[in-house]
Parts: sequence; C-alpha cells; structure tokens
Amino acid sequence: MRTERSGGTLDFVGEWRAPCRPNRGTVITVSGDPRIEPASTQPALIRNFCIIAHIDHGKSTLADRMLGITGVVSERAARAQYLDRMDIERERGITIKSQAVRMPWTVDGQPHALNMIDTPGHVDFTYEVSRSLAACEGAILLVDAAQGIEAQTLANLYLALENDLTIIPVLNKIDLPSADPDRYAAELAQLIGCEVDDVLRVSGKTGAGVPELLDRVVRDIPAPVGDASAPTRAMIFDSVYDTYRGVVTYVRVVDGGLKPREKIAMMSTLATHDLLEIGVISPEPVPTKGLGVGEVGYLITGVKDVRQSKVGDTVTLASRRAQESLGGYRDPRPMVYSGLFPLDGSDFPILRDALDKLQLNDASLVYEPESSVALGFGFRCGYLGLLHLEIVRDRLEREFGLDLISTAPNVVYEVTMEDGKVITVTNPSEYPGGKIREVREPVVKASILVPSEFIGTVMELCQERRGTMGTMNYLSETRVEMHYTLPLAEVVFDFFDQLKSRTRGYGSLDYEPAGDQVADLVKVDILLQGETVDAFSAVVHKDAAYAYGLSMVGKLKNLIDRQQFEVPVQAAIGSRVIARETIRAIRKDVLAKCYGGDISRKRKLLEKQKAGKKRMKNIGSVEVPPEAFIAALSTSDDGSDKGKKK
Amino acid sequence: MSSASGARDFGVYIHVPFCAVRCGYCDFNTYAPGEVEGATREGYVTAALAEMALARETMRGDGRPARTVFFGGGTPTMLDSAALVALLEGVRGTWGLSADAEVTTEANPDSVTPESLHALARAGFTRVSLGMQSAVPHVLATLERTHRPANVARAVAAAREAGLKVSLDLIYGTPGESLSDWRASLEAVLELEPDHVSAYALVIEPGTRMGAQLRRGEVAPTDPDVQADMYELADTMLSAAGYDWYEVSNWAREPADRCRHNLAYWRSQDWWGIGPGAHSYLGPRVQGDGIAAGASRWWNVKHPRAYAARLAAGESPAAETEPLADEDLRLEQVMLRLRLSEGIPAALVEGRAEAIARLIADGVLDGGAAVRGTLRLTRRGRLLADLAVRALAF
Repeated sequence: MRTERSGGTLDFVGEWRAPCRPNRGTVITVSGDPRIEPASTQPALIRNFCIIAHIDHGKSTLADRMLGITGVVSERAARAQYLDRMDIERERGITIKSQAVRMPWTVDGQPHALNMIDTPGHVDFTYEVSRSLAACEGAILLVDAAQGIEAQTLANLYLALENDLTIIPVLNKIDLPSADPDRYAAELAQLIGCEVDDVLRVSGKTGAGVPELLDRVVRDIPAPVGDASAPTRAMIFDSVYDTYRGVVTYVRVVDGGLKPREKIAMMSTLATHDLLEIGVISPEPVPTKGLGVGEVGYLITGVKDVRQSKVGDTVTLASRRAQESLGGYRDPRPMVYSGLFPLDGSDFPILRDALDKLQLNDASLVYEPESSVALGFGFRCGYLGLLHLEIVRDRLEREFGLDLISTAPNVVYEVTMEDGKVITVTNPSEYPGGKIREVREPVVKASILVPSEFIGTVMELCQERRGTMGTMNYLSETRVEMHYTLPLAEVVFDFFDQLKSRTRGYGSLDYEPAGDQVADLVKVDILLQGETVDAFSAVVHKDAAYAYGLSMVGKLKNLIDRQQFEVPVQAAIGSRVIARETIRAIRKDVLAKCYGGDISRKRKLLEKQKAGKKRMKNIGSVEVPPEAFIAALSTSDDGSDKGKKK
Repeated sequence: MSSASGARDFGVYIHVPFCAVRCGYCDFNTYAPGEVEGATREGYVTAALAEMALARETMRGDGRPARTVFFGGGTPTMLDSAALVALLEGVRGTWGLSADAEVTTEANPDSVTPESLHALARAGFTRVSLGMQSAVPHVLATLERTHRPANVARAVAAAREAGLKVSLDLIYGTPGESLSDWRASLEAVLELEPDHVSAYALVIEPGTRMGAQLRRGEVAPTDPDVQADMYELADTMLSAAGYDWYEVSNWAREPADRCRHNLAYWRSQDWWGIGPGAHSYLGPRVQGDGIAAGASRWWNVKHPRAYAARLAAGESPAAETEPLADEDLRLEQVMLRLRLSEGIPAALVEGRAEAIARLIADGVLDGGAAVRGTLRLTRRGRLLADLAVRALAF
C-alpha cells in the first residue's frame, strides 16, 4: 500500500534539550539588529511565506540553502541537523508536522525578518496545510525543472490561491542535465497567469538564484497587516508534543500581541493556560520578550496533550478576550477506518499505551477498543487518510516495538433501514443485516495529472473504480489534468498503486472529500469451516462482490496450512455462498524414522513448534498463522508467493 | 540388574561409519572410501573397544548386562565378520550379554556371504537387517543403490541358513517411483517371507546430493499425499500377509520378531552408543559412588579421525551432553511411545481431554482404546503421528 506524498520536509525545530539552550527568561537577540528583534519588529519588515512543492522537487535542499545564505545556520550543519526530525519523515520524504523558522534578510540596506513556514504536502493533511497557508501572505511555488508540476502541488496551489497568497513561481534543479526550464516555465506561467520571465530559476543544490529568490520574497510578498491595539488573536497552525517540554504550539499573531507569563485562553474551549515560554525558532528555539502583530513563533504552556492546543484554534488573552475567533477552525474528521491488533495478544496493553502516547502528538487520530473473534483485542482507529494510517502503524511498530495486524481500510457508511433507522458503520463486521432501504458512501473529487498518452488508461481505471468523469484540462500540450468523482472506498483500495503502475509512474493524484452518494453495496463475509472471520468482512459494490469473494477464498486456501480435518473456505452475502474452496485434510505429518540418534533433535523441534503454535490465531478449531491474516489483508499480494503449504 | 537404574533395560548401539559408496539421499554419519583420510577400519575397531573400556569405568557398579546390541551405520558389514565379532566380544566383556540377547547387524545385500553370516551367527548374532530399499531397478538407480535385486534373495536365504532372523528395510516415495512400482517391491518382500519389515518414506535432506538435485529441479519430490497412499498400501499388504505394525514404520510376524533394540529407544530404556557420532542415553540413576544422577543424553564427535584421536589420548569422545529434566522426559515419552501400537497411558498427558476428543473425532486416535485409558494411533493417525504429538504435548 503506497500513496502519493509530496514535499521534502523542513524541520526547523532544534533540539529542545540542546545544551546551548539559554535559561528560561534570558532573552538573547536573534538577528543582532534591533530593528527586527522579535516583539518589536514593525509588521512592514516581516514576510511570512511557505514553500509549495512536490516530493523530490527539492524543497528541503532549497530551505537548507536559505538557512545557510541568511546565516541562520552554517551551510554544512544545515543538512545534517535541520533536515528531518522523525525517522519516518526522513524515509518517506514527507512532513508530518509543520514548523517555522525566522531568518534575517537585508534588501537595500533594510533588514527584514522572514518567517518560512513548513507545510505538510500530503492530501491526508489538507486541513493542516490550509492552516499553515493561512499563517502566510505568500508562497513559493517550487517545481522541478525536469519534471513539471504534480497533482498535489496543484491542490496546494489551489489552497494557497484560496487564501489570497501571493505566489512566486520558481523552477528548481536547473543544474540538472535533464532540466527543461523553458518548457516548464511556460507551463507555470500559463497556470498562474504570469509572464514566463517572472518564473525564477534556481538551484537549491548550488545556491544559484537563491539570493534573488529571497529578494523577491521581500519585494513581492505583502507584509502582514493587523491591529496592534486590538484584543490579541493568534492562530494555531501547528501543535507538537515534546517529551521534555510538553506541547509546543506554533502560532501566527494576527492582532495584539503575546508576552511571557500572561494567561492565555483557547477560543474553541475557553480553557486558559499560563504562558510559560514564548519564542521564535532560528533555528533553535529562542525565548523572546514576546510576539507582535504578524509574527510567527512558539508557545509553551505546560499542557501535555495536543488536543488542548488544536490546530486552527485562536489564542487570545484571558484578561482581554477577543470577541471573534479567526475562523477556519474545525475538528478533524476521520475518513478511513481500520482495525489494529497486536500479533501477540498479550501486547494489547502496550498497544493501548502506545496509542495514548501517539495521540498526544496527533490530534486527528481517533480510536476505540475493538474485539475481533479472529484477531482478539485491538482498536478500531480512524485516520485522515491512507497515508495517515500508514504513518500511525509505522510509528507504533517502530517506536513501541509492536508487531501489528491491520485490517483492510474501510470508509464510513450510512445505512438507512426500512424502518427509517440510520446506522453509521465504521466497521464492516457491524454492517447491519435485515431490510436496508439505502446505503450512502463517501465520495471524493479526484484530480489526476498525467501525460496525455495515458488518458485512456486513466479513464479505464476510473471506470473500473466506479468513477464519474468531470472536466479535463490541458496544462500543456502533453500534460493533462483529469477530474473524477470517485467513491472513497475505491480510492483507499490500492487505487494509487494501480494509477502509478498503469501510467509507468507518471500519474499523480490528489483528492478531497465531496460528500456522499447512494450506492449498491453489500457485505461479503468470509467463513472458515462455517465460522465468519470478522477481520475479512468487507463492504463492496454488488458488482465486485463475486470477485472479492473469489480472491479472498483463493488467497486463504493458499495461506492456511492443511489441518487434520477438511476446512471449507467460503465467501457469502448474508446466507448465500458466492465462492467456495476446500482446504483438504492433511494426510501425512510424521517423520518415518525416529531412532536413538534422532530423539534430542526431534524434541527440540517440538519445543520450537510449541512456540510457533502460541502465535497461531484460532478460528473455531482452525489454526491460522498470523502471516496469513497479514497476507490476506494486504491489497497487492495475492498470497500465492508463500506457496502452497502441505 | 541394578536397582539403582530401576527396571530399565540396557542396550548397546555400535555405529560403524563406513560405506562402499555414499548414496545420494544419505545424510547419515558415514564415509565412503576416499571421503575419510586417516580413519582406517582397524583404527576404528581399536577406538570402539577403547570407548567400551571408558564406558565400563563410567557405569561402574551398574550390573545390567546388555539385552540388545545393534550394529548400524553406515554399513556394518563393510567390516569383516572377525572385526564385528571382536566388537561383540568387547560388549560381552564390558557389560556381559543376557542369555536371550538380541544382536542385530544392518547389512548391505552385496556385502554378506553365507560364510560371513555363519561366522556372525556362531559368535552370537541373532538378527540381520538387510537394506533392500526397493525391488525396482529404476528406483534403486535413483537411490544410487548398487546391489542387484537378485542378491537380496540370496542374502535372505543365506541368513536363514545361518539361523539368523531377517528384517528387510524398504524406502518409498523415491522421486519417479509409482504406486505400482511400490506394490512390486512389497510383493517381492512378501515372496521372501522375512520375519520383519521396515518401510520408510524418503526424506530428501538439504545437505545431500539428492537435496541439491531437488534444488536444481532435476528431481521432483513425491507428493506427501502419494506417500500416504504408499504407506496405506504397505500396511494393507503387510497386514494381509500376517505382519502386524508395532511402530509407525515397522511390521513383524510375531511379537517375538519385533526389534527389541529399537523398542528400547521408543520405551525410553538405557543405551550406550559406541562409535563416531553415536548417541547414548542413561535415565535417572544412582552412580557407583552413591550419588544420584539425573537423566542425560550425550553424543560423540562425528568424525572417525577425531573420535579415534580422543580415545587414543584417553579422553571421552563425547562432543556434547544434554541433561534432561522431567518435563523433557515426559515430552520424549509422548513423542516416542505414541509411535508404538501399544500407545501411551492417557495419564501421561493430563489436561488434554479436548485435544484428545478432537483427535478421536478426526480419526487420529483410536477412540475405544482411549476410553479404556490408552492413547493409540489409528492407521490414519500413524501418518499424522507428529501432529498428534503436538496436539497432546502442548
């Protein structure tokens, strides 16, 4: 399972426990120039911007180069120290949490304070992206001069334009031999409606064009505007849990100002907190005398749970509350659900603690205990999307040493019964039986960017996935943006993998929720020896039910060892069996020879098998190895590579 | 019999690590000429006798004579009969032989003569186990066995003549062997009217020549279901001819024809293994010095040269010793005795009532016997003995 990710990461947050961190309350200068000291910088000298880019288009390298050129870090330290924070971010090249760094830059003898705000690139985090963008007045649209723009970049560009951001179009990697800057400059110019000459050409790697880019940031991006005398309003655009400091909240001050030791209030909950520390990142966290209009920085209040400091919320002062919040806040809504179960049932408490800890840092993760006949005790988890699911699972395995089985992801269905009762189904095994009047499923608006030669391929794929075609725009002569409305359930099921493989890696995808639709859906159950294996139940479109059933019983037949009795494997809709396979009873399981010299070896083998048996999951009296669940639940593996077991 | 060792019998196994050629499927500790430098047959006999002298020291105060002696290998008959007799005399001098001792040697049909068999019988050998494997030439060729099928009949007649009981060893499931090939081999066996038959499913071990052929795709493994068919055919034909199974892979005409030495393994009796790589087992006992010793198993260094060198230096040839806890012994008892037609007392596996019921329901255990307190495999169950042991032991 893979999904598209975009954007290299920028992580400007230094080590909170770095030995050079000054004692709390000691304020050191950030720039050395009193005109741009935090809390006393005129808004006119501030520029807040972000970089919109696709994965691998060189955002990290460019950001590092900016940190070096502005003197915030030595160029050499930049890469090593500030690139990535979490292993997963590094490996996937994505930013999970956005942060911000303050850099000085002088134009015509006038120093300015530039705040570079990082944005997560992936569609799962659209809401977080929109909040990051809302903290800026401008955006650098960064595109690889050898590859051109990608769907997610378009999506984020769209969000930036919606937020009235000034866009600076930039082609990166002009040093590459394969770069075709003229072609892509034309594409960008056509896209945002500017002159080809307005498209800057830079190389984050060599530094070429980067000082000019910083000059453009100062010249083109508007300074923030706010009312310094109005009641304080600051927007939270990120919230990160730190083991040592508790929750670190990133804000952009819109009106008024914030000072250390004030009491602040969150406008969505009216909860108040003491402001223990306030500061800016440059690139280490540096406590300051405060933050004024237009400034970007961090707050520490001592709270331990990011849900008390939610992205999108407005911070005001407890003593002088603002009347209206900044708007745009909403609670995160899970789009995709999946069950998470420990491979070893005794790890359940560890999984529970691990989820509790993750939630400190991830306000959008929701979960509740679930018990499965097949998999034992676990949690039903809700995620923003597939990537979010994958990240959570990875972190649980990596940071907490858990071995997990995750059930196939599903979306939320709204089932209306004949009697008018409405049931929200987040778990296929809870899909109601009986007379159903109507089922509604979530749909998304998808935007797919491909070279024009793949138009037919994409249409075919989208048709298979019950897509409805919308408009089609040519970005250039050879690249086209196709719009489809697709059921989310079809997208979460290996759609992106298929898109990538059928377009030889060129296709890129972006999607956003677009309400729901009535659909002809059924629940397919998988039965082993007559017992429903709840973990394999799936809600699928009626036309796909037979194929799903056939594929699952085929996989399971190959994955489950022959038992001492015959095991029928069936797929059924209600009581109607739609596919059936039989795992024949095992006939031979004995070593023919067992004499004096074989005894110790054979006993040790038995003891090893005993350990193996402990891991088995029992469905009725059928022993199923956990690997069978993992393989059967994976979307790409047909289970055949494990080979037919005796 | 020493009361210190309880009522357990004592037997001696003598491992002879020589073969004329190494067969492609063989993973035993044996060496064909040219495979082993510096280990002569003479040197081997000297070393084996030296190990017996050491054993006498270790088992001082244990008055039990050997009730069974088994020469295995390898091909024990690669040694001349004088050498085999000398080794048997060594056993007699070390532990003594009980009056009704069973003394068996494995033999290749090509490496015995009427004279050599007579010499063995005169010295006290009672039984010969001939490696027949198959009566079908293409199967023998795949197994790289060099003997001619006609030699088997000659060897059987000569052994009979000498007054020895005869067992024939068979292998089934050889790549390329059909069910009718197997039937032909069984018919040939029945025609020779041996006292005892062993039939083993071929296991292709990774380290062997055949293992390499399998990996390269030059031979196809026999489907385990076909091996099951072959086993059932053997059992059907053998029992119709009056041979009863008494262990998964062993059939005998009369209870007296059963191999007592091998039964001792399956019943967790004591034995000393002489020779390179040989395993020994002594159950809980009180030693000559009055100190109680727990059960243990040990095994000798594998290479004949290293084995001889140890003994020449007056050192024990043991490579490793494994102390066995009560739980180990219980597991071994279930694992070994369940293979026998006598089965195990249900009391040996406590708290497994549900597993037992399941095994009865699935036709693995004999339900009638279980109700009367004995867990015994059915014919289907014999083919699933390892599965049954796993279900019963944990």
